Amino acid sequence: MSDAVFNPGEESSRLAALPLSLLNRDALAARVRQSRLTPWLLPCLLLAAWQIGAQTGLISDDILPAPVDVAFSAWRLTLSGALGHNIAISFRRAMSGFAIGGGIAFALGLSNGVSRISERLTDTTLQMVRNIPNLSLIPLVILWFGIEEQAKLFLTAFGVFFPVYINTFHGVRAVDAQLIEMGRSYGMTRWTLFRRVVLPGALPSIFVGIRYALGIMWLTLIVSESIAADAGIGHMAMQAREFMQTDVVVLAILIYAALGKIADSLVRLLERRALAWHPSFGKGRR
Amino acid sequence: MNAINPATHGIGMSVRGLRKRFGALDVLRGIDLDVAAGEFVAIIGRSGCGKSTLLRILAGLDQASEGTLRLGAGDSRARLMFQEPRLLPWAHVIDNVEIGLGADGGKDHVRAVAALRAVGLTDKAKAWPGTLSGGQKQRVALARALVSRPRFLALDEPLGALDALTRIEMQGLLEQVWQEQRFTAVLVTHDVSEALLLADRVVMIESGEVAMDIPISLPRPRRHGSAELGALEDVILDRLLGSAPARSV
Repeated sequence: MSDAVFNPGEESSRLAALPLSLLNRDALAARVRQSRLTPWLLPCLLLAAWQIGAQTGLISDDILPAPVDVAFSAWRLTLSGALGHNIAISFRRAMSGFAIGGGIAFALGLSNGVSRISERLTDTTLQMVRNIPNLSLIPLVILWFGIEEQAKLFLTAFGVFFPVYINTFHGVRAVDAQLIEMGRSYGMTRWTLFRRVVLPGALPSIFVGIRYALGIMWLTLIVSESIAADAGIGHMAMQAREFMQTDVVVLAILIYAALGKIADSLVRLLERRALAWHPSFGKGRR
Repeated sequence: MNAINPATHGIGMSVRGLRKRFGALDVLRGIDLDVAAGEFVAIIGRSGCGKSTLLRILAGLDQASEGTLRLGAGDSRARLMFQEPRLLPWAHVIDNVEIGLGADGGKDHVRAVAALRAVGLTDKAKAWPGTLSGGQKQRVALARALVSRPRFLALDEPLGALDALTRIEMQGLLEQVWQEQRFTAVLVTHDVSEALLLADRVVMIESGEVAMDIPISLPRPRRHGSAELGALEDVILDRLLGSAPARSV
């Protein structure tokens, strides 16, 4: 019993007696910190645990098929062309919805940020509409558009609108008034002032809005495709569920994750290039 | 080589009965002030005495409520330097300087580089302002203000946020460019010794009125801590402190 008691003094003396192993541990820690592979360590471990769990029968095949099975069904669906077709359709829907909703939101955010009249005219209305959860519109949207493309476009555009609008508006309003005064005192025209001072100043906030909107974009698309669609990743998943093809369902989920990650990475890349001047984005940072 | 005639480059200005009200608050209450072309005038006073407001009106940033401001003939555009450098963080140093060329100046790389050279920062042309020190940023702001060869430079506490050593360096630089270019300079500061070091004339504003207007005829360059400066500083500080509102003990 007594030898099970943890003795901190003894522990530390043992550590002190082994400086070499400590050194190695520091070196290892440094490598873990610096390596580009480090962020992928946990996903790989999870994947391995999942595979082992499925193979040993710990996880039932009906609940969660093995990663290898999922990969196999991905291969099968790629060969048949169904996967590429569905991804293309989902991707196109996402991007069109984002372009429409984000574009209108960006324009309104800018004009409301710059002009008090425009803000007084539209902001109250927009704030009221903002409180409607976009997915609650699904029944109405189905009544309006059926399960046609417009339904998905509308829902995605609606969901994307508010994060882009609010962050653009806030970004424009938060531009340093002292810089604007500086620009005026140097004779900048309204357009030059907008292009050289207001827009670049609002950009960090606009990027926050875009990244937030991308999350909502996928979420909305997944839900609307699952409920009413005849193609797309969500439709593929719902169809697989009817045939109890758990591997395809899991594959659909993984594809959404990958698409989301790719979109986010693209925006980050863009962000890092556009905000190179910004101390939190410039070279040497993440 | 320098085409500018030292005697005529600066602009003269004349202020009569200048008043400025913000709501019920009388900030300036009838200012009369003449500034000769090419003169370096320092405006001093306690916080809230209206000295910055006066400068902003002289520079055309604000409008007076009453009174007249007459500027000499020709281009009367003022260039301003503030306590904050007010550089665009998303534009390289050189592009920030080019802003100083104004709407009609367009892109004139040669002049911008020359202005940067005058403040000793040619090697920072392609740097982001965020990577510069406070003193360097203020030097870029000075280059931006001077790149268009203004006839009037308005300085609102431009060195107020700098550390003591950088401040002394910048005072030297300001005096040097003023002597080279002979623009009219109006400097608002609450640092009496800075005013005495740089100005031809020190104007004290008190409760929105000119309380004191003394010419400083000491030879340049003046030295920090010299006896003559010290004596003058004492006189002015006594006056400033003497006019302080009665404090309860």
